Amino acid sequence: MSTLWFRRSNKGIQTDTKEKKETPDGLWHKCSECRTTITQQELADNMYICPKCDYHNRINAKEYFEILFDDGAFTELFENIRAIDKLGFVDVKPYKDRLVAAQKSTGLGDAMTVGVGKLDGRDLVIACMNFNFIGGSMGSVVGEKIARGIDYAIQHKLPFMIISKSGGARMMESAFSLMQMAKTSAKLTQLSKAGLPYISFMTDPTTGGVTASFAMLGDINIAEPKALIGFAGPRVIKETLKKDLPPGFQRSEFLLEHGFLDFVVNRKNLKTELSHCLTWFMEGKK
Amino acid sequence: MQFLDFEKPLEDLVSQLDKLQSIADKNKMDMSASVRQLEQTIEETRSEIYKNLTPWQRVQLSRHPERPYTNYYISKICSTFTELFGDRNVKDDKAIVGGLADIDGQQVMIIGHQKGTNTKQRQIRNFGMANPEGYRKALRLMKLAEKFNRPIVTFIDTPGAYPGLEAEERGQGEAIARNIYEMVNMRVPVICIIIGEGASGGALGIGVGDKVVMLENTWYTVISPENCSSILWRSWDYKVQAAEQLKLTSEDMSAFGLVDDVLKEPVGGAHYKPEEMALSIKRYILDTIKELEQTDADQRIEKRIEKFSSMGFFEETEA
Repeated sequence: MSTLWFRRSNKGIQTDTKEKKETPDGLWHKCSECRTTITQQELADNMYICPKCDYHNRINAKEYFEILFDDGAFTELFENIRAIDKLGFVDVKPYKDRLVAAQKSTGLGDAMTVGVGKLDGRDLVIACMNFNFIGGSMGSVVGEKIARGIDYAIQHKLPFMIISKSGGARMMESAFSLMQMAKTSAKLTQLSKAGLPYISFMTDPTTGGVTASFAMLGDINIAEPKALIGFAGPRVIKETLKKDLPPGFQRSEFLLEHGFLDFVVNRKNLKTELSHCLTWFMEGKK
Repeated sequence: MQFLDFEKPLEDLVSQLDKLQSIADKNKMDMSASVRQLEQTIEETRSEIYKNLTPWQRVQLSRHPERPYTNYYISKICSTFTELFGDRNVKDDKAIVGGLADIDGQQVMIIGHQKGTNTKQRQIRNFGMANPEGYRKALRLMKLAEKFNRPIVTFIDTPGAYPGLEAEERGQGEAIARNIYEMVNMRVPVICIIIGEGASGGALGIGVGDKVVMLENTWYTVISPENCSSILWRSWDYKVQAAEQLKLTSEDMSAFGLVDDVLKEPVGGAHYKPEEMALSIKRYILDTIKELEQTDADQRIEKRIEKFSSMGFFEETEA
């Protein structure tokens, strides 16, 4: 037959793994929802939102501050607070080692970064969680930074915002992490008495002790589209009930429908919407 | 009487005693000397076992099937109790009970998790796992107490807030958060007593007070040892280690300053001498209310905020 000459004689892929040619890391981004591939630069320019399906990729304090503060300019507060392993907690790995590894891989002090800067010319304190630091888990440092952020806001008569992105309490700090729920809520009552607004912004994911404390206590509670927000994680609920969960369960739109969010906002409109709210809260106040 | 695995020596002795007594009864013999001696050995063994309980053994005790629950204590310490139902919104949650209580002439609002005492009751009480309406009922009753200037006493005993579909739909997270927030600012004295299991947000949802106190053989932390094992060790087999690592006992919690007091249990546990336990709880409540009423509401709230705000450990490095 005339086609024989181009028939593959060796079956399968013959290239050794070590000879495989990789695309350079960090150049391309493939959307985990719609598989669209774009460059990292295009993704960053689009606020880390997929241009095709509008999927909001997870970002951390650095990126949110860049998006929200005017010209990306802000002053970081309380950056020198670090976790210590008071309990000497060891599971498969010592907590101490987990902390060092997380600090090294992220370049962050802990799962919370607090910044003060201007949003459309108006001063604002933002406490933003970093999911890349031990799952954004809430330990003593997260609680303390929120507490001090609130003190700072009260002292300077500024509005306060928390961007939540967390798997919940940090188990390796045991009851100390649980008590951060009481601590942050107690501090929020002081902010409220000072007549200053607190905006809670929930992003994917916001679960556990974070949901059951400061995330749900905003003067307004808002969220990014399709963010997972809940008290119990979906896996736990599924195991408890032994049935599949309905589509969209515990997503932002579900919470909006059930009355737990004031609105859902696309990251691209976030700054504008916040600006309107802050004006409503703060305009004409001394 | 049900025995736990670490009470095996005790179980053997008690069955020996039963045998001895039945022999004595059957043969109409006077064996009182031997009986007395065995009884003494039993008490000594009990003291020995209870002297050095491990964290996991305390977790087991906190879940003992005969352990007294909220309704038992209410029946023992109150001269009258009028139970109030419902959150005025969705339904009445049977996992949290509450009502108007009179303790020796002292009017208080008592609210507590309630577990069932038999299979059917356990289902009705949902194993002490409250839904949002339970927390909202609790808040309604606390507001009522605040309006009429009556102290609030909560009994905490839950394996956690219920992780269910409807619970999420109705805002489990919001309900707990709201309770924590409102309890911080209650203008009346608030006493929270952990009488069994103090699991995470489900416990804290009725757990913010001027005095937070644990009975000796209870536990209080962010997650149950089983779930901690499953998440961190990725296996259900490390619950004993998890219980140790979590430092969840009353002794540890008190040493950390995360609870204000520990109430001793009778040797053998609260279930062994429940009336004695109830009496000690009653005394503690009455004494503590007196103590708390010495300060005015604003000062109490300020102290409460200060107490919870100072919880946490961290260091400040050179900038």
